[in-house]
Amino acid sequence: MSNPPVLPAGFELPLEPRLPRIGAIDQVALEERAAALAKRSIKKESKLFALELAVRMMDLTTLEGSDTPGKVAALAAKAIQPDPADPSVPSCAAICVYPNLVATAVERVRGTGVKVASVATSFPSGQSPLAIKLSEVEEAVALGADEIDMVIDRGAFLSGRYSKVYDEVVRVKEACGHAHLKVILETGELGTYDNVRRASLLAMAAGADFIKTSTGKLPSAATLPVLLCMLEAIRDVHDETGRVVGMKPAGGIKTAKQAIQNLVIVNETLGPDWLTPDRFRLGASSLLNDVLMQIQAQKTGRYQNPEHFTRD
Amino acid sequence: MTRVPVRKTYKLYVGGAFPRSESGRTYEAEGHNIAQASRKDLRDAVRAARGAFGKWAAMTAYNRGQVLYRVAEMMEARASELAELCGGREEVERSVDRVVWYAGWTDKLAQVLGGANPVAGPYFNFTLPEPTGVVGIVAPAEPALLGLVSRLAPVLAGANVAVVIASETHPRAAIELAEVLATSDVPGGVVNVLTGRRDELAPHLASHLDVDALDLDRGDAELERAAADNVKRVVFARADSQSPYEISSFLELKTVWHPMGQ
Amino acid sequence: MTSSDIAPRGFEYAAAPESRSVVRLEQSYGLYVGGEWRTPESIYTTISPADEQPLADVGQAGSADVDAAVAAARSAFEGEWSALRPAERAKYMFRIARLLQERAREFAVLESLNGGKPIKESRDVDLPLAAAHFFYYAGWADKLDYAFPHRRQRAVGVAGQIIPWNFPLLMLAWKIAPALAAGNTVVLKPAETTPLTALLFCDVLRQAELPPGVVNIVTGDGRTGAALVEHEGVDKIAFTGSTEVGKAIQRELAGTGKGLTLELGGKAANIVFDDAPLDQAVEGIVNGIYFNQGHVCCAGSRLLVQESIQQPLIEKLKRRLGTLRVGDPLDKNTDVGAINSAAQLQKIEELVAVGEQEGAEIYQPPCRLPEQGYWFAPTIFTNVAQSHRIAHEEIFGPVLSVLTFRTPEEAIEKANNTAYGLSAGVWTEKGSRILWAAQRLRAGVVWANTFNRFDPTSPFGGYKESGFGREGGLHGLEPYLRFDGDGTEWGG
Repeated sequence: MSNPPVLPAGFELPLEPRLPRIGAIDQVALEERAAALAKRSIKKESKLFALELAVRMMDLTTLEGSDTPGKVAALAAKAIQPDPADPSVPSCAAICVYPNLVATAVERVRGTGVKVASVATSFPSGQSPLAIKLSEVEEAVALGADEIDMVIDRGAFLSGRYSKVYDEVVRVKEACGHAHLKVILETGELGTYDNVRRASLLAMAAGADFIKTSTGKLPSAATLPVLLCMLEAIRDVHDETGRVVGMKPAGGIKTAKQAIQNLVIVNETLGPDWLTPDRFRLGASSLLNDVLMQIQAQKTGRYQNPEHFTRD
Repeated sequence: MTRVPVRKTYKLYVGGAFPRSESGRTYEAEGHNIAQASRKDLRDAVRAARGAFGKWAAMTAYNRGQVLYRVAEMMEARASELAELCGGREEVERSVDRVVWYAGWTDKLAQVLGGANPVAGPYFNFTLPEPTGVVGIVAPAEPALLGLVSRLAPVLAGANVAVVIASETHPRAAIELAEVLATSDVPGGVVNVLTGRRDELAPHLASHLDVDALDLDRGDAELERAAADNVKRVVFARADSQSPYEISSFLELKTVWHPMGQ
Repeated sequence: MTSSDIAPRGFEYAAAPESRSVVRLEQSYGLYVGGEWRTPESIYTTISPADEQPLADVGQAGSADVDAAVAAARSAFEGEWSALRPAERAKYMFRIARLLQERAREFAVLESLNGGKPIKESRDVDLPLAAAHFFYYAGWADKLDYAFPHRRQRAVGVAGQIIPWNFPLLMLAWKIAPALAAGNTVVLKPAETTPLTALLFCDVLRQAELPPGVVNIVTGDGRTGAALVEHEGVDKIAFTGSTEVGKAIQRELAGTGKGLTLELGGKAANIVFDDAPLDQAVEGIVNGIYFNQGHVCCAGSRLLVQESIQQPLIEKLKRRLGTLRVGDPLDKNTDVGAINSAAQLQKIEELVAVGEQEGAEIYQPPCRLPEQGYWFAPTIFTNVAQSHRIAHEEIFGPVLSVLTFRTPEEAIEKANNTAYGLSAGVWTEKGSRILWAAQRLRAGVVWANTFNRFDPTSPFGGYKESGFGREGGLHGLEPYLRFDGDGTEWGG
């Protein structure tokens, strides 16, 4: 086991008896607060800034059984230059693919500043022996992935085997080497906000660089209350230990309006320091075109036509 | 110049839509061809009702009251059409007023029928009324509109959903009512109206294991026996009654205990 | 160069003003008596507290005006209104409810303009609740036999109603709806500083075609209120306002046999136990004292925090205060609006000065307040002791006093140690503790893991010097009825 980073207070091992006592969240109040934050309205210049920030924060994603080098090449081109008609639109932060497509991805983004994130650890289920998961991570890193998006073992979490969940994150972080690690909690399977908070704290204690909501493979994904819950956990860990952990909502963010709501919540919970791709990413595929449309709408004052934006 | 009017086709109301019977049959009533529902239509209706129940019951009582008031608004707007299909203007006005009356009950039932119970011990104990679920209504043959409304409104006020077998001899008022419901923010499936032969359909309704309660137009030993198969609550309709106890016939009572201590 | 090179690091929230043009303001308003507009004996100007600009001239009703209003109410009561079947009275009330829903935006803007509260509150809380009150009580009008089985009830007659400036339209709904449902007629006096939504409400009455004289609105200051209270033609008085004035009214009515309900002040304790979910408790505390600028009788103006978690909770609270936006009430991003009047602002400033003198520690987040208008920054006093004035006196502003406790017993003792008893808040994850505390708190409303929740079905009212009588729910009907044959002459 590698040296774990500083643990938040009350979070000492062994975890099994302690974890269920940590992290009460009131569902009704959390959901109300998230809904209230969603009603904020932001100024025109800042709206454009927010939209372009959303692009810069995007991990453009394709995670299908049917992915091919051709598909990934198209995705990469889109991430590098999202709107051919407006070169001032920045590139996305990263593209996110399965391990088999990492080599193609790396090739396509070389020299552009766009990162390659690879899912690993038997994504999306995580239901494989640890050795296999670790070697998948090592392969992906060797192939050139800059970032690894892992999944926690929800089966272990939901059956109370928190130490197993913790250990796996620690080992995967080790296997990442210089690559940065996002830990996917799959919040849609965790059942309660209490569990979301606990899983967040667990992942951060074990060394996550980012915590991420979902695999995108489940219908219920990155809702605003879940976002708020995870950001509050990040804030608490930062307050107590000084550690900076980023956050990535993924799955279910389809519109620019939702993206901006996400950014508003980050702004009011963690402050402007977190409004950077180094600390916040948006996992999405169809979101990008809606953001591009809104950027043009802001710049020209006219409602846009979806057909004017490339489908890749 | 003579103008040829466009005639209405009388269809069923299931899941918020107006399908013909899957059997393709019609029968004649009030001088018109009326869809003759089959047991498969009834099966579909029960499925639609069950599917709509969760969301209907989860709405706030206030919202349900608003929906029922909207039904009254839409009925009032169609008063002249409805009057032609039933006993006349007076019956329509009484029906509208009855719907308004029941609309005002949705957010008061818990206060009148439920409450905290002062048990002998350090426990907080309270009783809440809850809807029973899918109610099968065999509508009274007469009065064509008021009879059905008197049975349907209390069922809905209690947050239940309904599958109605309309009056066989005077079905058009029921269909017009269905059109009102379809334009009243009533979610699809909350009310389903089947026209056809009472004696053909009622046994299937009475014996359906996914129907929770049965509202019968008259005593009927065979139907009552069938209802026993899943312990349905059996209620005997009173075609012109107006009382919160018509609502409570279709409610369950849940009592909860919780200790009180530091 | 992309716009991101020069853009601000964070977001600046838009001035997102709700348009004033949705409201048509008259230059001047009369008094609404007997279904008609009556020229008042004298007038005064009502303003917007956010910029001190005049909005309209309204009537200062004198004794003759009040006489006329009471006479109109009596005439309607003895005539048309009592002659109607209850089901028909209900339908007038349903109309009013629907009209308030249809014209909600107009009313919300006017409420924020005249009173100072943020538009998001008037739009999302005041208006929906006001309509809901009418809808709820409309449903009771023809069901009183079920509300009070085996009691022979009848309407009291003419009700005189005096309402405050903190929730002008909502308080109007709380008063008028149960009164009408029970078959009474009404003379209502809005607060001096917030007459406009009540006057616009008269247009709703016109659209609903409510029979004349059933509802009469007389605007004016305390003198108008006194004239109404003293009037012999009024059968019952309902008053919401300060405890001081409430006591004066109670003295005035002594020996007259008139019904009285009072909804007065409060100094509610918001109790946070160590196992409470902290971030949500912070939301509840903020909502409890900064909602409507703290101009709330049931505001959680005392925070009783368990000493063991005092430090993290206060830190989170102070940080959260930094995200509150104080400003233009009509701006949709505004969280805290204007103080309702110069007089109220002065009272707040005086008591805050007292707090500092008493030795409590004051905290206010950096806050740029507008030049014109009446404003006060959200404020927290820590190190407050039970013996400080700011722990007992109602400030009625965005000022929180923080005290600590060690055990649950101590929390209850401190919470109850006040002449008031309107509301209380309890924050803990433990269900049994919630119920145990609720049982022991001497308060008419106990909120557990939430605060400032209102509903027409839920009775609201105080213990002790916070008043008597309940508004909302089945119980809200009782003060407006006389029950024959069970010895209750008081009627409420």
